[in-house]
Amino acid sequence: MSRAVDAPATAIEIAASVGAGERRAREVLDEHLARVDAAEGEIHAFNLVLRDEAVEQADAIDRRVAAGEAVGPLAGVPVALKDNMCTRGIPTTCGSRILEGWCPPYDATVVQRLAAAGAVIVGKTNLDEFAMGSSTENSAFGPTRNPHDPSRVPGGSSGGSAAAVAAGFAAVALGSDTGGSTRQPAALCGVVGVKPTYGGVSRYGLIAFASSLDQIGPLTHTVADAALIHEVIGGHDPLDSTSIPQPAPAVSSELDRGVEGLRVGLITEMMGHGIEGIAPDVLARTREAADALAGAGAKVDDVSVPAAVYGLSAYYLVAPAEASSNLSRYDGVRYGLREDGADVAAMNTATRTAGFGAEVKRRIMLGTYALSAGYYDAYYGKAQRVRTLIDRDFARAYEDFDVLLAPSSPWTAFSLGDRIDDPMAMYVNDVCTIPSNLTGHPAMSVPYGTGDDGLPVGVQVLAPALGEVVMYRTAAALEALR
Amino acid sequence: MSEHDLPEGWELVVGLEVHAELATATKLFCGCPNRFGDEPNTNICPTCLGLPGSLPVLNAEAVAMAMRLGRALQCRVNPSVFARKNYFYPDMPKDYQISQYDQPTNTDGQLELADGVVVGIERAHIEEDTGKSTHVGGDGRISGADYSLVDYNRAGVPLVEIVSRPDIHTVDDARAYVAELRNILLATGVSDARMEEGSMRVDATVSVRPDGTDELRTRCEIKNINSIRSLGRAIGYEARRHVELYLDGERPRQETRHWDEAGGRTRPGRSKEDADDYRYFAEPDLLPLEPTEAEIEAIDASLPVLPQARRAALVAGGVDPAEAAIVVERDQDQLALATIGAGADAAGVTRHLVHNLADGVGGLTSEAFAALVTMEGAGALSSTQAKTVLATLVETGGDPESIATELGFEQMDTAELDALVDRLIAEHPDEWARFCDGDARIQGFFVGQVMKATQGQADGKVVSRLLRNRAG
Amino acid sequence: MSDRITAADVAHVARLARLDLTPDELERFTGQLGDILDHAADVEALDLDDVEPMAHTLPLRNVARPDVPTSCLDRDEVLAQAPDAEAGLFRVPRILGEEP
Ligand SMILES: [Mg+2]
Ligand SMILES: [Zn+2]
Repeated sequence: MSRAVDAPATAIEIAASVGAGERRAREVLDEHLARVDAAEGEIHAFNLVLRDEAVEQADAIDRRVAAGEAVGPLAGVPVALKDNMCTRGIPTTCGSRILEGWCPPYDATVVQRLAAAGAVIVGKTNLDEFAMGSSTENSAFGPTRNPHDPSRVPGGSSGGSAAAVAAGFAAVALGSDTGGSTRQPAALCGVVGVKPTYGGVSRYGLIAFASSLDQIGPLTHTVADAALIHEVIGGHDPLDSTSIPQPAPAVSSELDRGVEGLRVGLITEMMGHGIEGIAPDVLARTREAADALAGAGAKVDDVSVPAAVYGLSAYYLVAPAEASSNLSRYDGVRYGLREDGADVAAMNTATRTAGFGAEVKRRIMLGTYALSAGYYDAYYGKAQRVRTLIDRDFARAYEDFDVLLAPSSPWTAFSLGDRIDDPMAMYVNDVCTIPSNLTGHPAMSVPYGTGDDGLPVGVQVLAPALGEVVMYRTAAALEALR
Repeated sequence: MSEHDLPEGWELVVGLEVHAELATATKLFCGCPNRFGDEPNTNICPTCLGLPGSLPVLNAEAVAMAMRLGRALQCRVNPSVFARKNYFYPDMPKDYQISQYDQPTNTDGQLELADGVVVGIERAHIEEDTGKSTHVGGDGRISGADYSLVDYNRAGVPLVEIVSRPDIHTVDDARAYVAELRNILLATGVSDARMEEGSMRVDATVSVRPDGTDELRTRCEIKNINSIRSLGRAIGYEARRHVELYLDGERPRQETRHWDEAGGRTRPGRSKEDADDYRYFAEPDLLPLEPTEAEIEAIDASLPVLPQARRAALVAGGVDPAEAAIVVERDQDQLALATIGAGADAAGVTRHLVHNLADGVGGLTSEAFAALVTMEGAGALSSTQAKTVLATLVETGGDPESIATELGFEQMDTAELDALVDRLIAEHPDEWARFCDGDARIQGFFVGQVMKATQGQADGKVVSRLLRNRAG
Repeated sequence: MSDRITAADVAHVARLARLDLTPDELERFTGQLGDILDHAADVEALDLDDVEPMAHTLPLRNVARPDVPTSCLDRDEVLAQAPDAEAGLFRVPRILGEEP
């Protein structure tokens, strides 16, 4: 049976009523925790529910409201954090045995900003180990299930965050997106998921998978909530050298401007001409979304982005290469798991062999190979050049279009176990989302109807770098039109 | 010929890799203090400890210092990119080192030694230091220990790695190169360059070849050299080891070896298999550096006069090159030039500086110094007396003549002088004739003779008066 | 099965990455990595010699911070997370071989 909530209170509504003293943050929290109690056993969205800490935070907000103090734009909003974001003194596992029980001595920048805005952190959500996967089946702590149909996967790697929002365990959640890890689970769970412009949201405190691709983004019920969260967590952070030295884009105020005259391009390669295997019902919903925008006054046309078809290949060389280096530090010396060994190298090997799951090992070895002597030019070097090609083709497309449209996921939620034994079959889940990570451009998934199986379909809105305003505007229009 | 030189017919070929810690206030990629000798693991943060989720942010001052050194070494300062050098080692928190690989900040410089030898600088790049491990139990040696303890205070401290070309062919030049590089690091203020504290570390790449050839034979990198003295010993030992192998019809293996100070020899390091596949790639967490022409010009304008130029100035002033090196080393070249400028004889000035002023010049002014050297040169003071007066000048300052008087180096009575002057005039009729014709220069001759005859006891002024009286 | 990567290659990268593989893991991973590299073959066909590699998607340059100290972590809090510690230091098994 479905565990999905429809039309729960939005973050904007909660913050408004709590800030105005009309509802108590504690009351809002209890409502969400009640849903956790009812369904978490089945869904397993969380690696850790922070019941006591959340109650403290909620009560603190209520005291401040009672004292007439100003509370932030997220006052009393229950937020779930993907368990790859560091929280001081609170276990942060990244879905891996190798970090089981590790308590970071510091908070990620996004965590500090959420807290400063008055948010209430309800828990750390499940994910594919080190965010490597598209189904959340690669978690060392067991899979998460899709609230719309618990026999199906929620997508991944931010499957726990997407499921937590869809099931009403939290009003909003943060995920991270390296190849589609917020957009694809958002699509499969029927929620909004955003991948900001690379550098738009600080990565400080986000446990790295592929540093040149990773971005944190919101998962929410509404586009307006996503815009609000984006404004709270976005903006320059001196602790992240790749953080864009600008304030967060002011998107909320632009949401209602409509799409009149907006030039919208439908990416042909992702509409059945180039990338094979995208499900007909998903193609149909995407086409209907385009037609709806046209009906609302947008100029819609097909556009070809030829190099997009190479995205998957480039991604599966670049991401594992960076990951192989980023994950070297899990060596049993300073924190996390240690398995004994006669000497330090033996200890490193024993620790990593016992601490990493199969998918992580696969990508570490693939990336090590792609970087190793004699293969660098053929693999990693080549893949970095393909990124430039893809970037060029998108630049050309954006000469004629303000935003682009495509499916978020090639298909709706699939059954647990269906793809887990075949890496390539799993990897193609991200075929439509990967190009935006390779170029650093923003993209988001908006729910738009359902597939033949009645499960949610997400349509993806893509924009050029720093094009968040027009991206959110388009997404808001789609949301209103569905 | 130094005790380290090779048997006849063989030439030494040495390249040096020097790691110097930059004298910044904070580490290369985080705000932790860059400080030696603190309590272990007190200067650490998520970034220099390589905690999950941490990120590096580049220290602008470290880059400025590296470029400063680069220009002092006459390098080209390039647009540069940081790269990850991947290998596992417990004192390296991320199990990769952030360094520079194919696009280093400084390339193609040179360093001229006091003896005129010019050593090419291939590159001087920026990288982070590792932590420090101490080995407990066993025979104290690293691999014999029972276990090791790691302190990460040094992890992330900024380094420049200065890589020379294999242009060094004697042990003395190897030592001179390191000494000169140290001078420049100190002069530019980019490092305190203390080998004993490890803030300057030297690795030597050693090979040998038959005299007169320019082939490059198998080289061995010698690590763990911790003084300029050991540098000479290590290179000498390794080079002789190579020659002996070749003479026995064998050849050295290309490998990293470690200097064993106690044993006075190098031993093969147990560097692990695969350790050389570092899988370098551009560091995605840091952005490229693109120094502007203006920045580089500003650096050039701010550079101090470097030892090589300071030595050259002295030599131009008539100072012997070997003595010039010592004077600059002691930072006494300004005084030397001023004193010579005040009319004192260069040889006399540097003789005192080198032999009598090793412990500093105290209150000695160039005027007083010049006067003293002139008096001595004129014979008004014996060298022993001059040395005594000089010591007083250093301590209390003042003017050499009155000090000489106080010290009782006083003149003789006029009667004796009268007789002496008459005798000299009789012994040197030609000179006397020139004096009477008003040749002023010859006066010094007579005064000098008098001073010599009186061991400098006579008063130069009195002597001149007596001479003038007689000339009428 | 693909011949792009041999079991020996996989064993080599596993050693570089400090991972132990059982014989059947070695066989399975060799097949799977081969499949992935086969898929990546489509980029091999591209002529990219005059295309610059894209290491960063951002146009940013010269990002640096002032040389000003910031606060450090509490040693006890850090060492409390360490698998093994002694006298304020991280303790590890003996190290075979000096730093490369
Ligand atoms: Mg180095
Ligand atoms: Zn630090």
